[in-house]
Amino acid sequence: MNERTEPFSMPASFNLLWLQSAGCGGCTMSLLCSGAREPTAALEAVGVRILWHPSLSEESGEEATRILERCAAGELAVDALCVEGALLRGPRGSGGFHRHAGSGRPMMDWVKEIAQAARYTLAVGSCAAWGGVAAAGENVTDACGLQYEGDQPGGLLGANWKSRGGLPVINIAGCPCHPDWVTETLTALALGAFGGKDLDSFNRPRFFADHLVHHGCTRNEYYEFKASAHKPSDLGCLMENLGCKGTQAHADCNIRLWNGNGSCARGGAPCISCTEPGFEEPGHPFHETPKLAGIPIGLPTDMPKAWFVALAALSKSATPKRVRDNAVADHQVVVPAVKKTGLK
Amino acid sequence: MTRIVVGPFNRVEGDLEVTLEVKDGVVAEAWAGSPLYRGFEQILRGKHPMDALMFAPRICGICSVSQSMAAASALADAMGLAPAPNGRITRNLAHAVENVADHFTHFYLFFMPDFARAEYAGRDWHARAAERFRAVRGAAAADIMPARTAFLAALGTLAGKWPHSLAIQPGGVARALEASEKIRLFGLLRDFRRHLETVLFNDALESVAALDSAAALARWAADKPRGDFGAFLGIADDLVLERLGRGVGRFISYGNYPQAESQFLRSGVWDGKLHALDAQAIAEDISHAWLEGEMRHPAQGVTRPQDEKAAGYTWCKAPRLAGLPMETGALARQVVNGHPLARDLVEHGGGNVKSRVVARLLEIAVILPEMEKWVQQLAPGEPFCTQGELPSEASGAGLVEAARGSLGHWLSVADGRIANYQIISPTTWNFSPRDSDGTPGPLEQSLVGTPAGEGNVAVQHVVRSFDPCMVCTVH
Ligand code: SF4
Ligand code: SF4
Repeated sequence: MNERTEPFSMPASFNLLWLQSAGCGGCTMSLLCSGAREPTAALEAVGVRILWHPSLSEESGEEATRILERCAAGELAVDALCVEGALLRGPRGSGGFHRHAGSGRPMMDWVKEIAQAARYTLAVGSCAAWGGVAAAGENVTDACGLQYEGDQPGGLLGANWKSRGGLPVINIAGCPCHPDWVTETLTALALGAFGGKDLDSFNRPRFFADHLVHHGCTRNEYYEFKASAHKPSDLGCLMENLGCKGTQAHADCNIRLWNGNGSCARGGAPCISCTEPGFEEPGHPFHETPKLAGIPIGLPTDMPKAWFVALAALSKSATPKRVRDNAVADHQVVVPAVKKTGLK
Repeated sequence: MTRIVVGPFNRVEGDLEVTLEVKDGVVAEAWAGSPLYRGFEQILRGKHPMDALMFAPRICGICSVSQSMAAASALADAMGLAPAPNGRITRNLAHAVENVADHFTHFYLFFMPDFARAEYAGRDWHARAAERFRAVRGAAAADIMPARTAFLAALGTLAGKWPHSLAIQPGGVARALEASEKIRLFGLLRDFRRHLETVLFNDALESVAALDSAAALARWAADKPRGDFGAFLGIADDLVLERLGRGVGRFISYGNYPQAESQFLRSGVWDGKLHALDAQAIAEDISHAWLEGEMRHPAQGVTRPQDEKAAGYTWCKAPRLAGLPMETGALARQVVNGHPLARDLVEHGGGNVKSRVVARLLEIAVILPEMEKWVQQLAPGEPFCTQGELPSEASGAGLVEAARGSLGHWLSVADGRIANYQIISPTTWNFSPRDSDGTPGPLEQSLVGTPAGEGNVAVQHVVRSFDPCMVCTVH
């Protein structure tokens, strides 16, 4: 029997502990925009119980520190440890750039200790997964992710680390990550419906990482004809000039959509590949496409350059006037023609 | 004298640790500590100036649009660029959605749950407060979270997503709205208004915005049940929250929501009288921060961590205006802008736990009807973004109001790269440490005299009344 058809097993309880390290809180804010209901209620409905979350819980000060201590000691079972934000190892390996308030103890030590006790550990957002924006520039704080440092395995816990539940750190990448990526991963874990095969080669849940941002983008027709935007607010495809990495970045942003009906590209902004390790230092300004001899360097991963060049030349020569003119306007200046004879 | 360290402080954004010296059951002295340093000002040096639009929002996930607005304004200032009218209106709408949502979130998720705590079990309002506002499990969450999510969907349309959008540009927005979206946005605002008018206020927003004195507010609250705001006012009376957390009495606002000729909320300083804001008089003292250097105007500011500095107790700098600590936030904004209720509350009790919370909810009632007007001013078909060139040598400042108060970015460009980027966030003002004169920051002063110790949550109320955002504070 295919195990995917096995019935879900509702857990008696599935305890969630959420810690914020060096991040911006944006992944939590994103989570709170989840779905039609409040995310905590939706999680509770599948047995997930929140032990403590810094933005949501009642316990403060000593009461909160006590919860962390009990989790670390194994007195309070942690089924899922969610970490949001990068782990700061500096200065000089002390972890002193982020001491957890109240205890004075470096956050990285708390995380290391509780990760040993937890059944699963999840990196929520690209900071916790790879280091993210905190690791940009000279990385003065010596920021890293839980199990990666940029695209290199390692990070705080080490390349070969596995949680008690037998999985590496689950990287729910994104800056921020989409709320449903978090709730669906936690739901699948709680129901016993998530295993090693559900992770891609960067340990991201495949249900969102097996898509490209390009899939479902409203600018696909412009892409087909290489009818490109030249400046912010143009309707054309953002790949050729304005830095869009949607054809390379793994995520389902344009299928699932954000805040009702949005996505970066729908908002006129290029995909900056925030689910990919190292996105914060692309080696070029975010709003410009790096090119070599006029050809973008970052082509779709599975497309040979020669094909791309040939197809681009062909499609540019065949671009309908509507697509060409609209691409460089901020609203449709030519609307699709209405056929009076009925559609075949 | 006993010294207690309070932290982690949850239901605030980011990490906060407050150290208290307690004498005879009240706080004699307080120190506000920000124990997280990420180094955005160092990260931004040497980057392409437009990269600030990618990094700035990630300073803070709860006021990311405000950070984008400050960065875009600083760039526009450096470019000498005025945004297209549609772009200006769209940015104002995006910014206002975030600010209003922040006030709403703070009230329900961060502030009110403290009244559900067991410490208040003896009060006659406690059972109802616990049922409605208890953290995670209270009934209000089921009401307000879907309403909040539906309201924030406006940012899906206006900016692609929230938090962290690259749609906000120096010349306006990267996305022109269509006529159908104008209709949709208006509908969204009306829907949220209906929620506020039934659940939060039990009255029309205009009636709340028209309350013009503390006495009028008291009459309004006594007239009939007034939703969750009314519940707060009842609790505030019983606990005399207007005597808790008295601030420094000096308020700053950079002004917000630029209109064609002016700002919808004016800038200024209030200390019992209104003064024009002199942004040149801002300077950051670092005598008690783990940083090297001396007091400077942010345009010349430097950020160099020095974790072994003996006098340091936080990563937060201490901004001062003409040498003095200032309180910033919704109350400051409304007082500076001349709202009669805010002025009356401050004249009679200064900044305090009650007046800060009232000002936030008052501001929701003031801004939402304005947003409905702004949507109608959008002209689809006309430009949403003007284009400009960034000189290779330039400087600029972007001063805006985030939900929590005055937010400034100061940028200088040399050789086409960011030579310096300095950020002063609202909580940097409010939760600043002592300066070289030994003068404590606004929160530190507000905590003095607050009852503290076992079973007392007054300190929590004072801290949360500022709606601190610690990730912003140090950045
Ligand atoms: S991944 Fe992005 S949104 Fe999430 S905490 Fe880090 S900076 Fe914030
Ligand atoms: S804008 Fe980006 S995601 Fe959209 S079609 Fe072009 S390349 Fe693909």
